[in-house]
Amino acid sequence: MTPDLLQSGAERVAQSVQQRVLATESGGRSAGYGRLVQDRSEVDVTHGRILYLEDVSVSFDGFRAINKLSLDIALGELRCIIGPNGAGKTTMMDIITGKTRPDEGTVFFGSTIDLLRYNEPEIAQLGIGRKFQKPTVFEHLSVFENLELALKTPKGVKASMFFKLDSLQSDRLAEVLHTIHLADSVRVQAGNLSHGQKQWLEIGMLLMQDPKLLLLDEPVAGMTDHETERTAELFLTLKGKHSLMVVEHDMGFIRTISDIVTVLCDGSVLAQGTLDQVQADERVIEVYLGR
Amino acid sequence: MKNIQLPMHPPLLGRKAWTAFLLTLIFVGVLAPVLNLLVPAGSPFHLSDFAVSLIGKIMCFAICALAMDLIWGYTGILSLGHGLFFALGGYVMGMYLMRQIGQDGNYKSDLPDFMVFLDWKELPWHWTLSDSFVATLLLVVLVPGVIAFVFGYFAFRSRIKGVYFSIITQAMTYAAMLLFFRNETGFGGNNGFTDFKRILDLPIATSGMRMTLFVLTGLTLLAFFLFSRWLVGSKYGRVLMAIRDAETRVMFSGYSPLPYKLSIWVISAVMCGIAGALYVPQVGIINPGEMSAANSIEIAVWAAVGGRGTLIGPIVGAFLVNGAKSWLTVTAPEFWLYFLGALFIVVTLYLPNGVIGLWAKLRYKKDGAA
Repeated sequence: MTPDLLQSGAERVAQSVQQRVLATESGGRSAGYGRLVQDRSEVDVTHGRILYLEDVSVSFDGFRAINKLSLDIALGELRCIIGPNGAGKTTMMDIITGKTRPDEGTVFFGSTIDLLRYNEPEIAQLGIGRKFQKPTVFEHLSVFENLELALKTPKGVKASMFFKLDSLQSDRLAEVLHTIHLADSVRVQAGNLSHGQKQWLEIGMLLMQDPKLLLLDEPVAGMTDHETERTAELFLTLKGKHSLMVVEHDMGFIRTISDIVTVLCDGSVLAQGTLDQVQADERVIEVYLGR
Repeated sequence: MKNIQLPMHPPLLGRKAWTAFLLTLIFVGVLAPVLNLLVPAGSPFHLSDFAVSLIGKIMCFAICALAMDLIWGYTGILSLGHGLFFALGGYVMGMYLMRQIGQDGNYKSDLPDFMVFLDWKELPWHWTLSDSFVATLLLVVLVPGVIAFVFGYFAFRSRIKGVYFSIITQAMTYAAMLLFFRNETGFGGNNGFTDFKRILDLPIATSGMRMTLFVLTGLTLLAFFLFSRWLVGSKYGRVLMAIRDAETRVMFSGYSPLPYKLSIWVISAVMCGIAGALYVPQVGIINPGEMSAANSIEIAVWAAVGGRGTLIGPIVGAFLVNGAKSWLTVTAPEFWLYFLGALFIVVTLYLPNGVIGLWAKLRYKKDGAA
């Protein structure tokens, strides 16, 4: 191709971009002054970060649970968080999901969404799913109904009254049922599942929400070795499609799944790196062994 | 991998349940009027006026128990103030019935007797709409509905839960009772409203009118049953149960619990209000005693005895407890309260799922043995 052809092609592309920019609500006369309309399903990740915490602090009755915590999670990353008891791991998740308001600091989802302006249900709808330390499922509903409730659909009263599962959603449900190995227990009441199965059901409910970021608080606690192995496999397949933040104490599990491990202590980041790096870190050894 | 059979949600009613429903409908709409009005009083098939008014009354209570089940059994919010909504519906209807007396009261005045007694010269402002039957019907829905909405909005927004909510509802109905006891609020003080003469300009104390009210109450109960059944069978109903089981999980699944709690709370209150409005013309009196704490607690007892979390349970509970009450208060009046107390203890200790739960358990055992 000749240079002038390249040149004119580039000009055409630039022109069409220009046209698209101008064809806004202001009718191409001038830039609109209004607020940027944000589609809730879109998260701006142009900077490669899905979650961004800076200088976050929170105290309860004078006790600083989180102290100038800064942390960011890349798109598609699987980040493991470890730390001794009381390091602020759960409190951090509370802050991200809107359960606790920090005293200071900023928490951003993508580059544009200030999470501190939203409440729990809104944050869930934005695309952050959370699994609790103690498995929390709807005990009196069946596995199927649990997953159906978690499905990403309009969540208003009227929408729920007239909701009907369509075939696309059924397929999605069936897919998740397979992923969490509960296909044989569709009709079982969630309260009758084993502890490990409840953990999986809860993870399945998160997947139904199709979240961009998953926060998992001790997902393999109380699981058998076999179940833990399968959970590790599951998380490795989720990595890339979703961003994950996993709080765990099981070092074997972390070794299997982790790229980067963050060590929290006294409400701020103590060390960060691969598992081997942080395990070799003097300060980490100190807080864990208490020398 | 796509070949798993996803379960279907159950239909509105099963075949057996539809049959039972239709039989009840026939009894209420056809059989009862025929047995009461056409069969002569000497015949063994005659349905006495006493039975009609008793069943009519209990059907009003059954609506309350059903309403209580929606908010307590399904959503896990125990209200001890539903007697207030019942009484409010009753008072709205009572005001209309008072105006229907016209000049036939003891003082032959345009105003209701108690206002003449208080030396009032004109109707207070809040009686303005009480002359119109249509407005009365609207207010029967609106008054309990709006009060429930305002109360519920602030309570649920502040995330008041569990026993605190129950205590506040109890206080609410008690406060309302004190307010209605006062003469100057214009609700007839501790005597309330009574001596009704007409409804829609027709005499109220005839067997025809009694039967009409009976049929209306029965149809309302059946309609509310179907409506509730539809509600709890929809995803909306499952969200309510989810709120009962794990409210935080509901929030983190993207549902805001406030509109759900508020809507079912208002629906429940309106149902009670309508029950109250049907009750007053049948018993011929409404007074602040209906707002007493004990009345609200009794509604909860009906639901608990019958079985929470099943829709048929509370209706059965209302019939059982009130049937026992009307029988015992005649044969052994001094034992009624002991009986009620004992019943509550037995149900709490041994029948957490009520009579219906016991029945389901027995049937399950029998099937298991067979």
